[in-house]
Order: sequence, then C-alpha cells, then structure tokens
Amino acid sequence: MTTFQIGLPLPVLSADWSAPTESKTLTAATDRNIEPVGPHFLAHARRKRHKRTFSEDDRIQAQTNVKKVEDEDAGEISEPEDPLMLSRDAKDWKGQDHYAVLGLSKYRFKATEDQIKRAHRKKVLKHHPDKKAAAGGTEDDSFFKCIQKATEILSDPVKRRQFDSCDENADVEPPSKKETQKGNFYKLWGKVFEAEGRFSRNQPVPKLGNDKSTKPDVEHFYNFWYNFDSWRSFEYQDEDVPDDNENRDQKRHVERKNQNARRKKKTEDTARLRKLVDDALALDERIKKFRQAEHAQKNKKRLEKEAAAKREAEEAAKAKEEEAKLKAEQEVAEKAAKADGKKAKEAAKNAAKKNKRVVRGATKEANYFHSGGAATAAQIDSALNDTDLIITKIDNEELAALTAKLNGKKDPTEIKQIFLDEVKGLVSAGKLKEGEAKSLA
Amino acid sequence: MSEEESPAQRVAIGISFGNSYSSIAYTSGEGKAEVIANEEGDRQIPSILSYVSGEEFQGTQAKAQLVRNAKNTVAYFRDFLGQDFKSIDPTPCHHSAHPIQHESTVAFKIKDKEDDTENTVTVSEITTRHLRKLKNSASDYLGKNVNAAVITVPTNFSDAQKDALSKAAKDAGIEVLQFINEPVAAVLAYDARPEAKLADKNIVVADLGGTRSDVAVIASRGGMYSILATAHDYDVGGAQLDEVLMDYFAKEFLKKWKNGGDPRVDDRASAKLKLESEAVKKALSIGSSANFSVESLSKGFDFTCSINRMRYETISSKVFATFVRLVLNVVEKAQLDPLDISEIILAGGTAHTPRIASSLASAFPESTTVLAPSTSATAINPSELAARGAAIQASLIQEFETEDIDQSTHPMVTVTPHLARAIGVLCISSDESTGVFRHLVEAETPVPVRRTAIIATPREGGDVLVKICEGTRVIKVTKPEPKANGKAADDSDDDEDSDESDEEEELREKTYKVENVLAEAALKGLSKGAKVELQINVAADLSCTFFAREVGGKVAVRGGWKAPGKA
Ligand SMILES: Nc1ncnc2c1ncn2[C@@H]1O[C@H](COP(=O)(O)OP(=O)(O)OP(=O)(O)O)[C@@H](O)[C@H]1O
Repeated sequence: MTTFQIGLPLPVLSADWSAPTESKTLTAATDRNIEPVGPHFLAHARRKRHKRTFSEDDRIQAQTNVKKVEDEDAGEISEPEDPLMLSRDAKDWKGQDHYAVLGLSKYRFKATEDQIKRAHRKKVLKHHPDKKAAAGGTEDDSFFKCIQKATEILSDPVKRRQFDSCDENADVEPPSKKETQKGNFYKLWGKVFEAEGRFSRNQPVPKLGNDKSTKPDVEHFYNFWYNFDSWRSFEYQDEDVPDDNENRDQKRHVERKNQNARRKKKTEDTARLRKLVDDALALDERIKKFRQAEHAQKNKKRLEKEAAAKREAEEAAKAKEEEAKLKAEQEVAEKAAKADGKKAKEAAKNAAKKNKRVVRGATKEANYFHSGGAATAAQIDSALNDTDLIITKIDNEELAALTAKLNGKKDPTEIKQIFLDEVKGLVSAGKLKEGEAKSLA
Repeated sequence: MSEEESPAQRVAIGISFGNSYSSIAYTSGEGKAEVIANEEGDRQIPSILSYVSGEEFQGTQAKAQLVRNAKNTVAYFRDFLGQDFKSIDPTPCHHSAHPIQHESTVAFKIKDKEDDTENTVTVSEITTRHLRKLKNSASDYLGKNVNAAVITVPTNFSDAQKDALSKAAKDAGIEVLQFINEPVAAVLAYDARPEAKLADKNIVVADLGGTRSDVAVIASRGGMYSILATAHDYDVGGAQLDEVLMDYFAKEFLKKWKNGGDPRVDDRASAKLKLESEAVKKALSIGSSANFSVESLSKGFDFTCSINRMRYETISSKVFATFVRLVLNVVEKAQLDPLDISEIILAGGTAHTPRIASSLASAFPESTTVLAPSTSATAINPSELAARGAAIQASLIQEFETEDIDQSTHPMVTVTPHLARAIGVLCISSDESTGVFRHLVEAETPVPVRRTAIIATPREGGDVLVKICEGTRVIKVTKPEPKANGKAADDSDDDEDSDESDEEEELREKTYKVENVLAEAALKGLSKGAKVELQINVAADLSCTFFAREVGGKVAVRGGWKAPGKA
C-alpha cells in the first residue's frame, strides 16, 4: 500500500495531558471470506499457511462464523396455493390478488422488491408451462400467465402503486365504537392507521402509540392525519378504454368518464379518511385525559387565584382593622393627654394665682417698697402696678421661683431686695426697661 | 498417465462461461490478458450448440439455427448444471430445445447423430461438448494443447454446480484449476492493469448479462477482495431489452402489413425477430440509430425499419430503471450509502448500453466513477472482464500443484476477521466532538493489516497529540436553505424555470464519528513545519502496535493495545 497523506494538522498537546492508563480494545470483527484471487491474496495465503495442511474438519471449523452474503432460498415465501386461485384465468387480471398469486399475502404493500423477485422466481420454477409439458402434462399456462401479470404489476413502481391503491385485502376496517370501548383502542386502531399509512407520501408515518404517549406525540399524530398527503389514486378501477382507432369518440367518452370517476373516488377517499380520524379522535381516551388534565390545571389555577384573592382581602381587612385599632388607641391616648394637660394647666393656673397672691402679699409685706411710715395711696398703687408688671413679664416657672424666694420672708428690705433683683434680672434680659418699674428704681 | 497435468505441462486459459455467451482468454508473456477470437472471429461466442444431420455447430453458427432448427439447438443451459429439474427456470429455452428431467439431472432431447433418432443428452454432456469446442479454439489459437483453466462462476453458484462443471470440464480435457467469482474476476481485470494503483475502496460490480443480472458490492483493501453483498435478478437482463425491441418492431410490422400476422406468435418469425432485435440493440450501443431488416419476417413479408437511440431509450426506460434500482438495493443491503462506493464496474454484454451507464452515474454521487465504455475512456470492454480476470488468475496459479491450490483456497486461509469500524487519528482538536477523524484503515479491512500515513502538524511545530480512535462513517445531510422570498415561484415564471428550482437537492456528505478512543501518545518538541509519520499494525487477533515519528527528525513514540478478551 502506498502511504497516504493527511493534510489536517495533529492537535496541539494540552499542558495537562497525561498518558491514559487503561487500554482499550477494538470492536469485535466480522468473519468474512476473502476472495482467493489476485497476487495479494497469494501473498496472504503464503503467510497464513506456513506450509501447514488443513483438513475437512478445519474447513467446517473455519466456516462456522462466516458472514453469509448469498441469500438462502426463498423459503420464507411459502404460502399454500388456493386451488381456486390456480385455476384462474389471466384475462381477468384486474380481479386477481397479485400478492396472493406470488404467495406474498402476508406482506402485501410491505413486500420489498427483492421479496417480489424471489417470490416470482419460486413460482416460475414451480409453474413454468414448459416444465409441465416436459413432464408429460398439459401445456396449460393460464396460472403461469397470472404469475407473469402479477410480477409485471408488482415490479413496476407505478403500476404497483395503482394496485396498492385498490388492494382491499390490505385494508383494515376501523373497529366499531362498541369494539373499541371493550378496551382495545390502541391495538385495533393502531392496525387501521398502519394500513392507512401506506398511502402517505411522507414516511415514516407517526404511530398511534399507547396510553403512555405524551400530549405532543398525540397531537403530532392527529395533526399528521388531518394533514394527510396521500398518493392513493384510482386508475386501477378504470373502465377499459377501447384501443382501436376507429371509435375515437367512444374512446374519448370512456376516458372522460374514467377521469371523473377517479376524481370522485379520490374525494370520497379523502372524506372517508377524515371521518376515520374524527372517529378515532372521538374515541381516544387520551384526548379526554389530556382535556381533564388541562381542566384540572385550569381549575387549579383558578382556585389558587381565588385563594390568593381571599388571602389578600383577609390581609387587607386585618390591616385595616389594625389601623383602626391603632388610631382608636391613639385617640384615647391623645384624649387622655389632652385631659392631663388641662388639669396641669388648671393646676398651673391655680399655682400661678396662688403665687401671684403671695407676690402681691409680699409687696404689701414690704410696705409697698416704702421705707418709713405708711405708704400713700399713690405709692401703694404704683407698687402694686409694678408688682403686676413684673408678674406679667415673668412666666409661671419664674413666678414660682420668685414665690419660693419670697416665701416666709417678713423683712421689707429683704423683700424689696428680692424684687429689686428680679427687676434687675428682667432689665438685663431685656424684658423691662431701666426705670420702668418706678417704685423699684 | 495421471489425470492432472503436472504444473510444468500445463497450458492454462481463463474461461468465462455464461448462459448467453462464453469467452476464452490467455495471458501473454508480458502478463497482459487477451481475449481469443474463435475461427469465426468471435470473442463473444454464443453458448449454443446445434446439430444438423449429426454435424455439431457452436456459437454464432449454432445461434443462426434457432430459426430453422430450434428443436435441435441447445441454448441457455449453464444454470442447469448440477441442478435438479425442480429448481431450474426453463424460460430462456422456450425458443430452443426444452430441458427435460432425466434421472436426477436435466437433459435435452435432440437429434444429435446422423441417424435422425432423438437422443437424451444431459446438460453435463452438452457442457462438455461446449467446453471442448472452446478448448479447441484456444488450442488452435495458441498452437498448444490447452489442458487447464480458471473458470468464472456467479457468486451464488453452489458447490453441486461447481462439482458438475468441474466434471464436465474434465470430460472435455480441461483441469479446472480454480473457480473464481465473476465480479471478482472483473475487479482483478482492472487491478491487473499496469497503471492501476492500490487503494482501499468499495466497488460495485454490476454484471448485466443476457438472462440474468448479478450485482456484488466488494470491499477492495490493499489488493484483497471481500464480497459484502450480492443480488441476482433473473427477470432483467439483455433478453428484456431484446423483448422491448421485438414488441416495437412487431407493432411496426403490423402497422405496415395488416395481414402479416404477429411475428411474435409464430416460432420461426419470432426467432428471426429476436435475432435481428438483438443485433439492432447492439448497434444502438454505438450508433445513434440502427436498421432492422429481415427478409420474409412473417408470412413472406420483408420488413425494414429504422429506430434511433432516443426512441430506444424511451421504450426501454422501465428496464433501465430496474437495473438502477437493483444496484441501489444491493448497496443498501451491504449497509452502505452510495457515497461509500468509489467505483461501479459495469460488466457483461448489456453493460455496453450507454443509457444504463449514464443512469447509474446520475443515481450515484459525483465521487463515484462508473467504469463503462460510454462513461470512461479507460474502461475495459465489459464483455471481456470475466475472461480476462480468469486468465490473469490462471497465470498466477498455473505453476502450483493442484493440492497447493486447494490448500490455499481453504477456508482456514480465506476466512478472515474484517474490522467492524475504521481506525484513524484525530486531527485539529484532541476533543472527540470537535476534532476531525481521518482514517488510516477502513472498515471491512481484513486483518492483519498495516497502514501508514504522513500527517501535517500545527504551523509552529511543538508538542502534538497522537490520538488513535475507532470511527464509524456517518452521512451528514444538509437541507438546502429555503429560497429567499424574492425568487419564490411567481406566476409569471414559465414552467420550465420553476420546475428546475422547485426542489433543491439536499447536500449529503460522508464524515466519521469517533466511537472509541484506542490510544493516545505525545510527540514533543517537533520542529516548525514538521510532518509526522504514523504507522498502524493490526494483528490477526486485533491487537495492535503503532509507531509515530517526526519525518526526518528524532522524536518518536510507540504504543498499542491488546487483543479483545486479553486484558
Ligand atoms: N454491444 C452491446 N450492446 C448492448 N447489449 C449487448 C452488447 N453486446 C452484448 N450485449 C448483450 O449482452 C447480453 C449477453 O451478456 P453476456 O455476454 O455478459 O452474457 P452471459 O454472461 O452469458 O449472460 P447470462 O449468463 O446472464 O445469460 C446479451 O443480451 C447481449 O445481447
């Protein structure tokens, strides 16, 4: 062998590569015969023989596992021949079951080209009229002609389709509603769809499946069948067209009639299939199951939604309630606070009144800030005015403080001094003008 | 004297013995195979014997007797050899002597002696007579007594059939050195040409004969051949094409001579019709038209008519399509794809038909070469392939003792494990999903085997990984991009145009998928631009060693793996 060239580069070794430890082996090989032909085989034989001699036993041993490349005899194709069929007239070939003639009833549209060929050969070997004649029989070749016709049709792809289109023996009648409801839906209808599927231009055809099929599969299945693209046609049932040239009008008439009949049958067939699919769909428990599941799903959603709404409403109500409660409490608190305030004010007011009385009393005690002798009315008036002036200028606390200072004091000088200090404080705080309280200047 | 000639005294030829035609070939001193013409100048000698008043005719002369002397003319008998009457198909013999049951074998009732009595002559005896004629023609041509031969047989010829043929040949003074399969002989005829290169490839041999068509898919690996699948079709062959022409000319005849009678009904007329139809068919393989001309075809009416190739191809299109389907079916049976087929060798007389070759060429991808006279200038005459292959094989083994030949063709030698998957190396990336698998050893290669490849390395050299894997071939199908809306089928487009662009073909490619990593090895420090030589040796027990090295460098690594079950 010449060395060959590989133009693509080997991969770069990655940095973390390490030699694999476990060693693999090759997939098991197939034993085949190499053809003992040509110079290279001779070299092989020389190497392999090593001057050894092989026996008959070796032969059997060596051949045990050899892969066969020649087909066995067409043994698989053996159906008993119906005597009625054997006496058929080939002229009536349209009425003949071509598959049965070749012994392929089991296979029908599924028969491969190879099976048809081998079945034909088997029948030829058995029924050839020349053989019958040579064996001293009659030269009756009517069934042989049937065989030839069957082969002619089945080995021509176009003619075979025309026949398959009208092969009633391959039809599977849809089961009745009653039969279906006995619980064999998948088995019974599966066969129907398998048979119908032979007309599909698109292969493979999806299978009916079983009760475990998924929703998408089932949907795909029915979609496929509702959009079925069929090659079925009905020319096989044509009326014979007269093939003499004399009667052209008659010929054209029959041809037109055939065309119309084909079209009509095709339309009917499409409708038939549609109904069939409708029926199956109606009986298909899975559809109900899926619908229920869907329903349940929807219901579940609705319930969930309702529950959520309820919960929300409840929560809202609760929140509202709480808020109201809080507000009420607040109100109470406020009211209470207010009430408290009033009392305090009252108390303060009373205290102030009392204090004012003490202060005024102190003024009197200090002899209206007049030293020596009884004070004149004007002096008294002025001292009381000034005392009131001071009282208006100070707040309750200062008043209380002043009252506290004056409390128990009897000495007029001392008292006057307290008043003078107070005035001083007020003047420095800017609340009184210098000399505004004349009696205490 | 011993029955077998000692190798020194052997004069061996190759014989192709068909139901319709036979050929004889020898190998010249320079090892070139040549087909021998008989006394009449025929290289395709009809496998027909005819007796006229005790005189024996063979070949073309005998074929001519089908018209006047059909009952004493024996034709299409090869497949009857070694068979019981029950399992033969007498169809091709309808217009010649009919086969009959004789004891456990098949025979013909013919007047083969001067005395005008009907004798029962077995198919074995007929074969002996036919082979003796062939032997004599070859002996005359070579000037030496031919006494041995390699004979080609269909791949489904049973041992009983071979034994019968062997005995019939022996009776004719021919020692059968070896039977070889017809399709393999055809491959050998091509491979024995000096310009042929050894390559691993899958070949289809479509042998389209007269009464049957046989197709084989052959794995050719390093000059060794293994048959992967076969098919045999007895309903399609040259005879069906003859029939198409017979029907055509019969109808034309009836158009012209209303009272001529249907030439297909009368035995003699139909024999004439058939002979001339076959001649017209052959002429149409070369010329673009041919003339049908028979004197007194039926009821004394002469008939001439011409037909052109186009018409012929139209009326034969169904038969042609059957040939193509037959070939495609066998490829499928071999679990291969048309993309796996490198060559289609067309063999057998019917393979001359140009339309069959071109139909096959268009049914297969462009990568498939169709070797037929009309598609390839270097094609070998398809009618000669089997005989040539047989002659080459005869020259290879005629020096061996008979015992030696027997032992060398023993199953202990021929039965060989064939690899289930290809073995190759990953390129570009070491990751099995992104790397590209390149095979060194194809699937269906018999072991032991050694293959060597020179492999490129990354531009910069450096360290590389040699990752050896098993791979399976996968067909990658790419659907065509839907056409841009602009060019959608418009009503204004004329039909022709839209028909063409209607369905664009999907793109099919052959690639490999890595199934199993067998071994890894590192080659470090390769120089820039280095090439790596990788050699893989798989032993008969499927153990393996490999050896990788830098071409012209010092870096090298070896490794291997064990035989299965010997962990
Ligand atoms: N040039 C040609 N063009 C077309 N057909 C041809 C040509 N030459 C021969 N044939 C046809 O080839 C057929 C014979 O093929 P071949 O020589 O391979 O015979 P064979 O091997 O004996 O066939 P079988 O055993 O199947 O009968 C005949 O039908 C013959 O008419």
